[in-house]
Amino acid sequence: MSASLAAAANVEPSPEATPAISVKEMRKCFGDHEVLKGISLEAHKGDVISILGSSGSGKSTLLRCINLLETPDSGEVRVGGELIRMKPGQGGHQTPADIRQVERIRADLAMVFQSFNLWSHMTVLENLVAAPVHVLKRPRAECLEQAEALLKRVGIWERRNYYPPHMSGGQQQRAAIARALAMNPKVMLFDEPTSALDPELVGEVLRVMRSLAEEGRTMLVVTHEMGFARDVSSKVMFLHKGEVDSLGEPKEMFARPPTQQFKQFITNFNK
Amino acid sequence: MDYDFYLSTMWSVLKALPLTLEIWFFGIAFGLVIATGLTWLRASGYKSGEYFTRAYVFVFRGSPLLVQLYLIYFGLSQFDFVRHSPILWPILRDPMYCTIVAMALNTAAYESEIFRGALKAVPVGQIEAAKAFGMSAFTRFRIVTLPIALRLALPAYSTEIILMTKATALASVVTIMEMMGTAQKIQHDTFRPIEVLTCAGVIYLLLNLSIARLFAWVEYLLSPHLRPAPDQSQRIKPVPEVL
Repeated sequence: MSASLAAAANVEPSPEATPAISVKEMRKCFGDHEVLKGISLEAHKGDVISILGSSGSGKSTLLRCINLLETPDSGEVRVGGELIRMKPGQGGHQTPADIRQVERIRADLAMVFQSFNLWSHMTVLENLVAAPVHVLKRPRAECLEQAEALLKRVGIWERRNYYPPHMSGGQQQRAAIARALAMNPKVMLFDEPTSALDPELVGEVLRVMRSLAEEGRTMLVVTHEMGFARDVSSKVMFLHKGEVDSLGEPKEMFARPPTQQFKQFITNFNK
Repeated sequence: MDYDFYLSTMWSVLKALPLTLEIWFFGIAFGLVIATGLTWLRASGYKSGEYFTRAYVFVFRGSPLLVQLYLIYFGLSQFDFVRHSPILWPILRDPMYCTIVAMALNTAAYESEIFRGALKAVPVGQIEAAKAFGMSAFTRFRIVTLPIALRLALPAYSTEIILMTKATALASVVTIMEMMGTAQKIQHDTFRPIEVLTCAGVIYLLLNLSIARLFAWVEYLLSPHLRPAPDQSQRIKPVPEVL
């Protein structure tokens, strides 16, 4: 896209109508295997979109392409209306045109990983202040204060001086969510946040996520928690073989599955 | 047992300790600088950089340090341009400098391999998290990759430093009167190899013991996260941000 066209496309009629995230026709191949076959997605402020799908359906890849942990082969991503500019790179693959822009946008999109990925050499408190101090350049004292408040909120303030390996999976994931919140993100990306947890620890993490949804956070949640998808999210997106199979209101989707694939997917889960 | 002889030998060898430490210190200091450069070259992603470091490691890790030292001290001075060079000759005519150069070049090969392994062993997920939070490549390296790699490299690095302590003894073959050189002279003068070499050996042992303890202490300080979890009641002090 030429610069002038991109600039024109950036102009939106009103801020309310600007989606927090919009993805258009995203494609991604790993070798010969096409993981994403032209996926589009829009999330407005306050939306909680659960992305469901069996393993290999491309849901994690979709999330990782949004913050460019993977580079999509084609398609466009806009965050708050701002297009992430891409340029042609080696071997026909595109690369980000401006890595500074990508870094700035990533700071607005906090991510929560399946395997927590807390920085193991830092205490919980240091994990929470590292990015705000070094990326957002906020004063350390202010960040520490906010970090302590966030840890109280997710219920692990007592463990603030612990190192990640000394905590249970559920505590680590709550710390990781607090670390994401410390960035005051516009959108939160959750990549199967409860899949690596023991069943009895899933509840504590889901409770935190539910409270975030209730306070109006914009969230994209790749998950296998059908209860969360049905009761908490505002939209459910079901991916099948790299395509959007169905998308809709959760109550409606679960009561009357719109497609055979989705019906089969949820019956398999209820077994 | 001739205690007086032991004591006087011990004292004579100890007087050469500062010289040994000087060779040791400058050898590992310059070695660290070269190793850092090599590691950076290797990690930079340029094919030519990778080939160069591979060849470097092949040569300096594959041949004995003694051969390298002889080549630098005796070998290079065979070339006219070296003898007439205002920069090279002041360095290469001096056995002390030659030893330091040989040690630095040699240890850099090992250390660059240690650092490469440590960098590769940093968990990908933690680097990805740093990316996902908007850290620039430099910040990512400074805040996440380097501190973790450093902790991973430390045990192997301390072993390499201990090897270098022992390697300083090679300086004696190019006329330096450091601890080993001094010990050998006393041995030749007195024909009492057991007493003299025992003294030298004990000093090397104690020196390496302190180096090993020092590294173990640094390792302990830097890795509270690898120790057993503390009691809930116990307060633990976080590591200050050193890097």
